[in-house]
Amino acid sequence: MVTREDRVRQILLRVMDPEIPVISVVDLGIIHKIKSVDGAIEVQVMPTYSGCPATDYIPQLIAKALRKEGYVEVKVINVNFPVWGTDRITSEGRRLLKEYGIAPPKVGGTPDCPQCGANDVEQISQFGSTPCKSLFRCRECLEPFEYFKCH
Amino acid sequence: MIANQQVFQFVLHLADDSLILGHRLSEWCGHGPTIEQDIALTNLALDLVGQSRLYYQYAAEIEGKGRTEDDLAYLRDVIEFRNHLITELPRGDFAFTVLRQYLWCSFRTEYYQHLLTSSEIKLGELAAKCLKELQYHQRFSITWINRLGLGTKVSHKKMQTALDELWPYTFEFFQPTAAEEKLINASLIPDCRDIRKTWDQSCQSVLREASLVVPQEHWDFQGGKEGMHTEHLGYILAEMQFLQRTYPGLVW
Repeated sequence: MVTREDRVRQILLRVMDPEIPVISVVDLGIIHKIKSVDGAIEVQVMPTYSGCPATDYIPQLIAKALRKEGYVEVKVINVNFPVWGTDRITSEGRRLLKEYGIAPPKVGGTPDCPQCGANDVEQISQFGSTPCKSLFRCRECLEPFEYFKCH
Repeated sequence: MIANQQVFQFVLHLADDSLILGHRLSEWCGHGPTIEQDIALTNLALDLVGQSRLYYQYAAEIEGKGRTEDDLAYLRDVIEFRNHLITELPRGDFAFTVLRQYLWCSFRTEYYQHLLTSSEIKLGELAAKCLKELQYHQRFSITWINRLGLGTKVSHKKMQTALDELWPYTFEFFQPTAAEEKLINASLIPDCRDIRKTWDQSCQSVLREASLVVPQEHWDFQGGKEGMHTEHLGYILAEMQFLQRTYPGLVW
């Protein structure tokens, strides 16, 4: 049986992260709970980094997407606990990141180059264009790339 | 409920620490020695300002008088701020900046580790969130302490000068205020005196590795947590609060 929560999740699969527009909020793993309370929908979001400028924006995007699909009473809240971590990114999310040219987080060791797959890489900077990324360069194909930091 | 006022003050202290240090780091925006370091420092700033928001929101909730996170950040004056003095010192050079970051961050991560198990659930939850970010900041600053400490004569000298200047301000990390004492006795927060030894050991080993020497004779500074600040805080607030004070209630 498809529940109301499932249908909401389907809609959220089309709400993309504003800074990495290939990955949905679901695949990014930031949806903590979807609750149906007295006809209203409540979505709990786990923000990624405290300093991420999208923290206030993502709930707005989610609410907008749900209203567009006919949900009238929508409440989207940020919860700071449990703490989001990159282990919550789905395997589909990791595939999409790589396809987009961002090396997905890797526990232990250096990331693989998303362009050529080699592991002979060097870090250029511990930080990148968004709080969740750092910068690398592949020594094999010489391409620079972004790495989604393990968090 | 008896400790509400003390918890409020304590949460403000955590918020102010992050906000003021975050603000200092943000001053590097466009002035970093290389673009990567510019990005790095501003990323740290973003995290810290973000963390301060979480604490201001929580403080506003505890106070329950209708003040918002913005009121607490933008409409309090110098004597109401509770940050450690070390966070408000002018940003100095790059050596000073990364060393201050390390000293503060290594204390804060150690402290948050102990705060995780606070019986005030929310304090533990927020500590868990901030801890993840601060550990990354700490790795960044250690990299630079080593690189500069073991680099050239000039870079070493700059690091050592920074250490001589900053070390006296670390004393304050381990001096609980009267309000904190009450929270410590109620087992709501860790006793900062208890973590001094661990902090000192790990700190000394990092500094030694980078061939830096902790100054033997020095003054000990404190007072920030009780609202007695250096002359520098007023200037930060003047800049940071200008808009809200000139155009009260202005929003984006």
